[in-house]
Amino acid sequence: MQKIYGSAAEALDGLVFDGMTIAAGGFGLCGIPELLIDALVESGVKDLTIASNNCGVDGFGLGKLLDTKQIKKMISSYVGENAEFMRQYLSGELELEFNPQGTLAERMRAAGAGIPGFYTKTGVGTQIAEGKEHKDFNGETYILETGLFMDLSIVKAWKADETGNLVFRKTARNFNPPAATCGKVCIVEVEEIVPNGSLDPDHIHLPGIYVNRIIQGEHEKRIEKVTTRPRETAAE
Amino acid sequence: MAWDRNQMAARAALELEDGMYVNLGIGIPTLVANYVGDKDITLQSENGMLGMGPFPYEGEEDPDLINAGKQTITELPRTAYFDSATSFAMIRGGKIAAAILGAMEVAENGDLANWMIPGKLVKGMGGAMDLVAGVKRVIVVMDHTNKHGESKVLKACTLPLTGTGVVDRIITNLGVLDVVEGGLKIVECAEGVTEDELRAATEATIVN
Repeated sequence: MQKIYGSAAEALDGLVFDGMTIAAGGFGLCGIPELLIDALVESGVKDLTIASNNCGVDGFGLGKLLDTKQIKKMISSYVGENAEFMRQYLSGELELEFNPQGTLAERMRAAGAGIPGFYTKTGVGTQIAEGKEHKDFNGETYILETGLFMDLSIVKAWKADETGNLVFRKTARNFNPPAATCGKVCIVEVEEIVPNGSLDPDHIHLPGIYVNRIIQGEHEKRIEKVTTRPRETAAE
Repeated sequence: MAWDRNQMAARAALELEDGMYVNLGIGIPTLVANYVGDKDITLQSENGMLGMGPFPYEGEEDPDLINAGKQTITELPRTAYFDSATSFAMIRGGKIAAAILGAMEVAENGDLANWMIPGKLVKGMGGAMDLVAGVKRVIVVMDHTNKHGESKVLKACTLPLTGTGVVDRIITNLGVLDVVEGGLKIVECAEGVTEDELRAATEATIVN
């Protein structure tokens, strides 16, 4: 079982087609699959529906696929960091389905677990609930949300072993594990592929059963909002 | 006279009790962390972290370590990381004691609007809808009026809602109000603000 591929383009080979649906990991620019996004741009694939919490920023991350007009529809919770996104959306070129952040994560998790729908209180009484089934449990009203079954998952992890067991780093984990599980095929890009046996089996964040293809590469890891405190307050 | 941003944050910090797990929103709520003092408060960041530390020193930023506002932060000895589904499981599961959030409008029945202005501002709700639906106590911190001087504390919200009947307490530059049966109850006025001034700036029904 060979899961390791030489490049993002090779890892995408045979998997991309116009109109496909993709789940992408990452939060803002943290833990995004930079290399696979670049390879999708290169592939020229069109009319993509992408489920991702955000849509990058102008010219970076998923913003690159906006610039080339390869995205037909986004399923996201927050898109406020991207002027080109706003322009395409307000002009009607881009479809947008807002999902509350927890609903989006749970829709991915549910699909990965074979669960086609679940009830949640999130969004009851708001625009999000319009047209959705409402059901009461123990005197509280919930709405039905559906699992998000996607054609492809693209995620970023810190390390993978040759089996695809993954370890993430700090808050770069975010949407990556649920996004990894909800696609028919999952490609992961990592900073380092290590030999089997080098990762502690008790410390695996996502088991390799969810991972079909692995690539290793250099990541820019751009910071969206560098925020620091002055050294003078170091005393506390 | 009224409270400034930091005084509002300091007032909001009084709402927090020892041992609480708390989620702070973007803007003034983020400043609340500066005023918790010696209280043992664990901050949750919904992008997947419990035990959020202060901003890093210059040169020590880590691109893999940010808060839900996408700012660089640090970890503490108690920190735990997890994925987004797990993060919202603890929010929906009622494990977070309090959320302190900003708002565009709040209504006297506890309705909250803080995620979009149709045709103008389309940023998204992020985790706000999940937080207000799942967290035990929701505290709103915001300016009492908008830049045109109009009340943001209303009889009914005009903007698309984030949640219905979810707000417990409102802290503004003019004072503190609780959502109670029949309307809002004044808890206190800000320094230098009279009750009459607070009432005049409030469109919502105030009950005694």
